[in-house]
Amino acid sequence: MATMTADRVVDARGQMCPMPILSLAKAMRELTSGQIIAISATDQGAKRDIPAWAEKTGNILLETVEENGILTFYLKKA
Amino acid sequence: MFANSGQESATAPQANRMSIVLFSGTADKLMAASIMATGAAAMGMDVELFLTTWGVMAFRKGDYRTNTRVSADYAEYGSVMQEQMAAKKATSWMENLEGAREIGHVHIAACSHTMELFDIKVEDLEPIVDEVIGVAAFIEQARNSAISLFI
Repeated sequence: MATMTADRVVDARGQMCPMPILSLAKAMRELTSGQIIAISATDQGAKRDIPAWAEKTGNILLETVEENGILTFYLKKA
Repeated sequence: MFANSGQESATAPQANRMSIVLFSGTADKLMAASIMATGAAAMGMDVELFLTTWGVMAFRKGDYRTNTRVSADYAEYGSVMQEQMAAKKATSWMENLEGAREIGHVHIAACSHTMELFDIKVEDLEPIVDEVIGVAAFIEQARNSAISLFI
């Protein structure tokens, strides 16, 4: 269950690698520091990709929720 | 500073660049290269994509629309790959590269040797190709890359 509210929601369900991180990188550019984004994905690689992306880009992964095969990541823009 | 030492400057590899030699022109390998480039661009890395030989041929204007070739070792999977790409609404390798350039620095250069060999002019290539360069210009980029791939 979603436990936090996001300033921006990105639906990347059905997108295959590398589109979820591309969608995330695109959307993140439009946010300001401290804002929260929620991205949902069904790509099996996303589980490791999104944390790796956050680590490399310096943005903060706050929470990951898995529900019915859908992964939702909450990230805060650095 | 050792500017006048006569030695080549000991430039440390720049951890933030990925260099790819794209030699292949089959759709499967173009897909792999485009995913690598897109992933690196999304991760905030600069990408240098050097097209050579069949990699140049694949970027001739309009060619990507009809390129259904796959590697000879899996030739029987050519039609399967096309069907699955369509069924799963997978983005094409060209769309991946366009997306990568939207979010990051992806420089695409074509090999001058191939261009001359096959009488190809830069205006014969897709506009996504930035310029024609020789091997030295590519090596200069590649030697300062954290990741170098040959596809």
